[in-house]
Amino acid sequence: MSILFDKDSRVIVTGITGHEGLYHTKGMLASGTQVVGGVTPGKGGQTVEEKPVFDTVEEARAKTGATVACIFVPPLGAAESIMECAAAGMELVVCITENIPVNDMTRVAAFLKEYPTRLIGPNCPGLATPGAGKVGIMPYHIFREGDIGFVSRSGTLTYEVVALLTQAELGQSSCIGIGGDPIIGTTFIDCLRLFEADPKTAAVVMCGEIGGSDEEDAAAYAATMSKPVIGFISGRTAPPGKRMGHAGAIISGKTGTAQGKVEALQAAHVPVAETIFDIPDLVKQALRR
Amino acid sequence: MKIHEYQAKEIMRRYGIPVQPGKIATTPEQAEEIAREFGEPVVIKAQVYVGGRGKAGGIQFGDTPEQARDAASRVLGMDIKGLTVEKVLVTPKIAISDEYYVGIVLDRASQAPVVMVSAAGGVDIEEVAETAPEKIIKHTIDVRWGLPSWQARELLARAGMPSNVVAKGGAILAALARAYEGSDATLAEIYPLALTADGQVLAADGKILIDDAALPRQKEYAGWAEPEEANPLEYEAKTEGLTYVKLDGDVGIIGNGAGLVMTTLDMVARSGGKPANFLDIGGGAKAEVMKKALLFVARDPQVRGILVNIFGGITRGEEVARGIIMAQQELPKGMPIVARLAGTGEEEGRALLADAGLTWGADMRDAAQKIVAEIKARS
Repeated sequence: MSILFDKDSRVIVTGITGHEGLYHTKGMLASGTQVVGGVTPGKGGQTVEEKPVFDTVEEARAKTGATVACIFVPPLGAAESIMECAAAGMELVVCITENIPVNDMTRVAAFLKEYPTRLIGPNCPGLATPGAGKVGIMPYHIFREGDIGFVSRSGTLTYEVVALLTQAELGQSSCIGIGGDPIIGTTFIDCLRLFEADPKTAAVVMCGEIGGSDEEDAAAYAATMSKPVIGFISGRTAPPGKRMGHAGAIISGKTGTAQGKVEALQAAHVPVAETIFDIPDLVKQALRR
Repeated sequence: MKIHEYQAKEIMRRYGIPVQPGKIATTPEQAEEIAREFGEPVVIKAQVYVGGRGKAGGIQFGDTPEQARDAASRVLGMDIKGLTVEKVLVTPKIAISDEYYVGIVLDRASQAPVVMVSAAGGVDIEEVAETAPEKIIKHTIDVRWGLPSWQARELLARAGMPSNVVAKGGAILAALARAYEGSDATLAEIYPLALTADGQVLAADGKILIDDAALPRQKEYAGWAEPEEANPLEYEAKTEGLTYVKLDGDVGIIGNGAGLVMTTLDMVARSGGKPANFLDIGGGAKAEVMKKALLFVARDPQVRGILVNIFGGITRGEEVARGIIMAQQELPKGMPIVARLAGTGEEEGRALLADAGLTWGADMRDAAQKIVAEIKARS
């Protein structure tokens, strides 16, 4: 069992005929994910990697039975794609696209209140369940099956830390990149809840960064969990008012500092790793392995 | 993206918000000429991308055209928080009888724009938020409906705006919400929203921040971008498609992915170094981009060594290594470079670096320690 997605999940890719969509569709198929089709308006009837392309998500869902969508649509069309997926009844929508205007995302957030759809991202690497496959762009070979849940706001940092866990023989149950934007569909606290409920997960590693207060909110929940959570916060050297690459990684006034997040986690008895190299040992200590 | 006050007012004017007429001067003579055209006492306001202009002396008055010229000559060329004033807004002086703060800002927690209204005039709104939050009236906008005038009036009435002007004020605040949406802003504020003795309500000063991600569809506003003197390199990087943030240390840092680069900065700091910058080359970068990034980072005169940290997924190690070798020939002689490559093309990349006599790190920590040591060894 895993959270959000397993080897039976049927996935469609929106923007499948684009450069990124095509490249990562191949990667998802190679990981074992059941990509069953794609959507590009105006290209219905074509095939990509022998999978059918449809003009609309509605049609793709009806003809393939997909319940998961992975979005590679360019920034100015991506918000619409998210809404189209929700309206068509997708249960899980993973939006990889970066640089979606934030006001588009406020409309998406309002729209999604009317649907049961879960959104991951945008501006995220997606998710992976070792042994079942991936939805998104994570390099699948770094994973190893196991019982550590992993959640992070970043892409390449996720790969670094997962590689360290794998090296330390700490396999992963599921790994979620929630995205670096100020408005995202699924937050740390949502992921902690999912991992808490997942019988295959024994402990959770949470990699946060400066900006917003999602880590602080998650810390309060972590204190109530039955499973240990290990934290890491990047951006300790980031100056206030500067956007550190991610649209959401910015210290505004007194909100969003690394120090505030570290303190909130420590107050919740969540061990915080000083560097990413300390994470595997902290996990082992927490699990007494 | 930051824009100037006069540009924010231009956007507001387009949405029907009353603003005073005003013109831009880049010389004292132009300011005098503009003041003469207005034929009344004027205010000379520095147009720079920072707050606190008034306290810094960047806002001055001229009752006559000659005084306007003198005021402009004092303000032009002035240094405000590291920025040189290159243009001033010349606008007729008004007698403000009362003032309000109205602003709309993206709120991450509610995932929507939030309106803030306050009657606390003459002070810093952030200070009010800190010390007397009850004095700020907040309302989360439902983006499906926007902010209707009746709701705007209600907010202003609650803030104590008198009934003779509340209708005008409400129309302005509702228009500000439309301007916020229409210009893809992440912040739009009027401060002060000025009440005059003769019952006028107008935006005496205004600020708008435009979402960088929306610039491809806000082409006119995108054309307003100008380099911020405090960090001309950041502006240039943006035009080159690199994400660069200038910091004040001496270790240049390049990586792929925002979270990884941030973590690399932290690692350098832990190893006893001071990061000179943040530079994310993004995913799938080719050798040319890597070379450009290295040369770019080296243009900061404070940089005394460069650390490259790449976790290859779609970025390939040998491309990165080739970029470093290409750049090395054009970099200042003896500038130490330490590269750490992991993932796709790692071995090929390392072999190339070894052939070129370059240092690599086994992992991020090793690489950070090596670059810090190399810089120390040379000082």
